[in-house]
Amino acid sequence: MKEFFKRNRLILTTGFVIGVIALALGALGNPGNMGFCVACFLRDIAGSLGLHGSANVQYFRPEIVGILLGSTLAALAFREFKGRGGSSPVLRFILGAFVMIGALMFLGCPLRMIIRLGSGDLNALLGLAGFFAGILAGAAFLKKGFNLKRAYTISCVEGAAFPVAMLVLFILSVSGIFGVFLSSEEGPGSLHAFWVVSLVAGLVVGFLCQRSRMCMAGGLRDVVLFRDCSLISGFIVLFLTVLVGSLILKGGAFSFAFSGQPVAHTDGLWNFLGMALVGWASILLGGCPLRQLVLAGEGNSDSAIAVLGMIAGAAFCHNWGLASSADGPTANGKVAVVAGFVVVALISIICTFAKKKGEN
Amino acid sequence: MVDTRGYSCPTPVIMVQQELKKTAPSTLDVLADNRAAVENVTRFARNQGYAVSVTPDGADFRLKLSKP
Repeated sequence: MKEFFKRNRLILTTGFVIGVIALALGALGNPGNMGFCVACFLRDIAGSLGLHGSANVQYFRPEIVGILLGSTLAALAFREFKGRGGSSPVLRFILGAFVMIGALMFLGCPLRMIIRLGSGDLNALLGLAGFFAGILAGAAFLKKGFNLKRAYTISCVEGAAFPVAMLVLFILSVSGIFGVFLSSEEGPGSLHAFWVVSLVAGLVVGFLCQRSRMCMAGGLRDVVLFRDCSLISGFIVLFLTVLVGSLILKGGAFSFAFSGQPVAHTDGLWNFLGMALVGWASILLGGCPLRQLVLAGEGNSDSAIAVLGMIAGAAFCHNWGLASSADGPTANGKVAVVAGFVVVALISIICTFAKKKGEN
Repeated sequence: MVDTRGYSCPTPVIMVQQELKKTAPSTLDVLADNRAAVENVTRFARNQGYAVSVTPDGADFRLKLSKP
């Protein structure tokens, strides 16, 4: 036991720090139970860029830029920054888009799912069950030989392009010189901590996640495939930190409940299915949205493409009425999630069995 | 020799897992090109009872797995 703590010190610390920062960002202005949510924040960025027209979810979230650059700094400091790419970019873009469609059905990425759970939102329990089911599906294909083919070394310029582009857009949005970035006046997009606080929070989380390889999808996958609990231990600490923190902050008002939760709905079936799609597609991508963001910061352009797919997916979600709201899922959203399962299943099957004829 | 270069996790670990399952070798060389893969393969191999030594090989890493 002592040995376990010693070996996993970094990931355990990361879980604790993310938990504390998530609570702090919630208290400092972020939407309820949304100290961190990679999916929601990318959706807000898509809105801020005018890629979708939902006026209440538009804001260039500094946390995203912070996570990207925190990862870049850590990778540079420990000489791990390396341009890599070329492993099925279009498939990764499509998978990224469906990760977002599933996440916006549930209303949260795997990270926010754990934050919601720790804050007493029992709907996240169904999300977690679905997420686990999706991971089992993805892991079954991994075992059979699924992969998206190898990546190659690419130039550092290509590897750095995405984090740098996001930084430039962020500076433009904060400076407001062109006045083209949209910012919500009401709704979740209007709720946020002061941008410097958000940016620094993101930097710390990005740095730690790069070092510890924190990943929710990878955590459960390692348990399923290799009986290894190292990665998942970070999320268990994150859950406990948010739980204890919520008990302290809310006191007697804290309760485990399904109804009345912030930025959440109570349709159990679609919470389950939405996160199942996220789990399955994340396993095929090799990591949850948080991990994709961190890898993109390290110079991995395949992950940058996956993140761009998520941003595009978010735009589709709001332009076509796919995203859920507190009132529940939409009919269009249900169709899109089912379509997502078909596409992800096809990619899984083809990329697992097609290679056996002509290897590579 | 298992060459995991170019693959992102968890594929390198699965490649090693399958090799160990297939031939149960007493020693195995693994090539990896990123730190995360090195860490994951090392952790997996140690859990399987192998001793692991890592040496840099140009921009890559060479892992030597051996049963004591």
